[in-house]
Amino acid sequence: MGQPFLIGDQMTGGYGAADILHGCTIAVEKGEIAVIVGPNGAGKSTAMKAVFGMLKLRGGSVRLDGEDITTLSPQDRVAKGMGFVPQTSNIFTSMTVQENLEMGAFLRRDNIKDTMAQVYDLFPILKEKRNQPAGELSGGQRQQVAVGRALMTKPKVLMLDEPTAGVSPIVMDELFDRIIEVARSGISILMVEQNARQALEIADKGYVLVQGANRFTDTGRALMEDPEVRRSFLGG
Amino acid sequence: MDILNALVTFLNFVVVPATAYGAQLALGALGATLVYGILRFSNFAQGDTMAFGTMITILMTWWLQSLGVSFGPLPTALLALPVGIAVTALFLLMTDRVVYRFYRAQRAAPTILVIVSLGVMFVMNGLTRIIIGAEEQNFADGARFLITAGEFKTWSGLDEGLAIRASQAITVVTAIIVVAWLFWFLNKTRTGKSMRAFSDNEDLALLSGINPDHVVRITWIIVAALATIAGVLYGLDKSFKPFTYFQLLLPIFAAAVVGGLGNPLGAIAGGFVVAYSEVLVTYAWKKVLGYLLPADLAPDSLVQLLSTDYKLAVSFIILIIVLLFMPTGLFKGKSG
Amino acid sequence: MNTRNLILFALVGVLYIATGMFQSWNLALNILNIGLLSAIMALGVNMQWGFAGLFNTGIMGFAALGGLAVVLVSAPPEPGGWAMGGWGILTGLAFGAAVIAFATWLYRRLGKGPVRTLVLFAVLGGGYFAYRAILDPATAAVESFNPAVAGNIGGLGLPSLLAWPLGGVMAAIAAWAIGKIALGLRSDYLAIATLGIAEIIIVVMKSEDWLARGVKNMIGLPRPWPVPYEVDLQQTPAFLEWAANWGFDPAAASSILVKLVYALLFGTILLGVIWLSEKALNSPWGRMMRSIRDNEVAAEAMGKDVTRRHLQVFVIGSAVIGFAGAMMTSMDGQLTPGTYNPLRFTFLIWVMVIVGGSGNNWGAVLGGLLIGWLWLIVESLGPGVMQMLTLGLGEGPLKAHLIESAPHMRLLTLGVILLLVLRFSPRGLIPEK
Repeated sequence: MGQPFLIGDQMTGGYGAADILHGCTIAVEKGEIAVIVGPNGAGKSTAMKAVFGMLKLRGGSVRLDGEDITTLSPQDRVAKGMGFVPQTSNIFTSMTVQENLEMGAFLRRDNIKDTMAQVYDLFPILKEKRNQPAGELSGGQRQQVAVGRALMTKPKVLMLDEPTAGVSPIVMDELFDRIIEVARSGISILMVEQNARQALEIADKGYVLVQGANRFTDTGRALMEDPEVRRSFLGG
Repeated sequence: MDILNALVTFLNFVVVPATAYGAQLALGALGATLVYGILRFSNFAQGDTMAFGTMITILMTWWLQSLGVSFGPLPTALLALPVGIAVTALFLLMTDRVVYRFYRAQRAAPTILVIVSLGVMFVMNGLTRIIIGAEEQNFADGARFLITAGEFKTWSGLDEGLAIRASQAITVVTAIIVVAWLFWFLNKTRTGKSMRAFSDNEDLALLSGINPDHVVRITWIIVAALATIAGVLYGLDKSFKPFTYFQLLLPIFAAAVVGGLGNPLGAIAGGFVVAYSEVLVTYAWKKVLGYLLPADLAPDSLVQLLSTDYKLAVSFIILIIVLLFMPTGLFKGKSG
Repeated sequence: MNTRNLILFALVGVLYIATGMFQSWNLALNILNIGLLSAIMALGVNMQWGFAGLFNTGIMGFAALGGLAVVLVSAPPEPGGWAMGGWGILTGLAFGAAVIAFATWLYRRLGKGPVRTLVLFAVLGGGYFAYRAILDPATAAVESFNPAVAGNIGGLGLPSLLAWPLGGVMAAIAAWAIGKIALGLRSDYLAIATLGIAEIIIVVMKSEDWLARGVKNMIGLPRPWPVPYEVDLQQTPAFLEWAANWGFDPAAASSILVKLVYALLFGTILLGVIWLSEKALNSPWGRMMRSIRDNEVAAEAMGKDVTRRHLQVFVIGSAVIGFAGAMMTSMDGQLTPGTYNPLRFTFLIWVMVIVGGSGNNWGAVLGGLLIGWLWLIVESLGPGVMQMLTLGLGEGPLKAHLIESAPHMRLLTLGVILLLVLRFSPRGLIPEK
């Protein structure tokens, strides 16, 4: 097996003087789902933001499809085919659902009709509500708008920062189903999750981070079965 | 008949002037609210931007008049308007380049930007006064009335006249065109939508690849156009005096806050709320009531809630009521 | 105070001395007195901005309230005018206040809903008409009494010094009302609301003739103790002898002496305000204020009532401005509402605070003295400089226009100075420690 499709290799860095990440490695293969789990303050979101270029690395590199993108800005990474869904404030609340999707495709100059149709196929409720301001939707629907917005750039990798935070278990299951569907279409998924158990169930690969470093790395299934992981991170 | 006379009096002294004034305020407040939405500060230089744009337009008007150019029944100032807008836009873009951009890059606090806008206000105010002086200027020409009180009386046979000045009609027509265009631009074009996205959620807009510099540039150009148009219309309707324009800051901000700062639709509604309140409260109702009430009940006094000296107080009271009871304004702007 | 700051103050001192030597001592002292008053106002603004980050654009209004206090306290009584309707006016105002208090009480008592809105509307609307019905005849009666020289309710005829604290109190009350409404909302709202209250205060003073004669102005207000009158000095043998001994012209010497006394009086008060302000800044209270300013969220999380603290400092700062505003009117000996201009009274003070160094009391004083000097010296020198600059120009409309517009130069200059300082030295000449 050669290079993973996207890899944040041996990343070290943080926001201020103190490092949060210590030689942390996160990777995802084409069309697969990778999930980052770990206790609070383990640097999960930070690791994801590092891969997306939202904090400066002091060591390590980020490579997409073999190309070193360590020094690119987040905006340039979007242009390279990375989509990012932040945990909060991830939609334009005063704009309609459709306009949210259009803004997602802002950088594209070609026809976006097909992509929008695909997003509507994936999230039928959005089509129904396409002329409503996104701020008026329910929590789960907002997350769909947020994911849909990121999909509008036709990304090769979709990065999700705790997509199920604050939504009900039923909505969470539905959202995970959609995420699997996205992965099946060939888009790699990298996601940070609080709900470790459910997330690992759908993950091809799982990363357990502790204090900004890799503690366990394996397939989702193997991690689920590892007694130590179960005891320490999945609550038995 | 008396009811008709009362209605005409009401239209003549309240509705017509308040509508024209409301349109002027709405355009001014739109400029302030756009700056607030996109650049995230209350621009204290808004009144002086209006004065600056109007001054350029007046100079251009004088030049055209000296060449013998005229616009028929319409004021020559309308011909000069594009030049006024262009020069003001250039000035604002330059100000952004040498002043505001630095603070934007630093992500400075809004209060700092307000103080910076004070500095810009001084500069624009000084320039305007140096170039055209501090005195009052009248630059309206062309037809004076769309319909005079006398014409209306002979036409309708009523005792009361309804006069519509050309400047009032031009104000309303221009404002409708400008607002229609602005809303089309904001809601239908790619650039307009990107401006709304930027105003709504700056970080996500950046993530979506929206170029902040482009958004800011377009915003300043639109603000220059709105301010200049609002200033010229106000000047045609009343007269031009730099200090009066500075004082428009209060009604303009009252209008923007009433509507919800950062909300364009709110700014328009706010402009009319402020203008109508101002005229209604300072209007002497004696005549209207005289027609409506039986003769023995007709009032002796002027029935004026506030003397016209207190025009500004009306804006202020509206502002206070909004801050007390609905700080986000009628249309839910960016909240407190 | 370190050497650098002393040098800065010395340089400003040189400016004043040079003005005295090359222009006239009368002018230099005049500028100094206005500079000292501006410095006190700048101290008040500095408390609000430097200690708490509050942006007050209503300085003009608070200063004008101070001026009004001087008229109410020290102007000679006008028994005739008062008899015409003084009590009626007081009744009207008291009634107005009672209506507002009653409405507030109702607002708190009644539950939210259309009933409350209707009741409040009826109470406030009816109250307003009743208030006008009581007040209007009384004010009209007062204004009709001898309108050429009076037409107002007059003052109490008390010493001018007593008016200064009252000016502070009046400004404090206005600040409390406006702060109660606008603080705790977005920071911009305070700026807009204070800009508004200042305009309203001036409008009231201009239009309510019964109060302080409106635009007919109050003149001949008495001087504060211990400042003598020039005429009296010129008739005092001891002074004449002293002047003769030193070879001074008695008229000029008396004028300078009066200004010197003012300078001493103002200087003493300035030092007093600084002393109190420094004490406050270095007290636990001052440290708390600064911690709130630097991180409002954290302070709030630690259980500090940020809005309440802000209201406190806003009221205190405004009181200082009102106090200084009263001093200014006492010195002028007249109240002329038409001369209150936001560019001169509000924004000029802001330039002083920013240039001097926000958060530092000595900075505010330095800014006040320096910018005050600049503002007034340009006023007196500007036309001359413009004459010289345009010497080469032939006589004509352009030259006339330029000379005429010289006074507006200082707006431009101040704007540029403010922008330059904000950009390149945002902490000002004497930065916060």
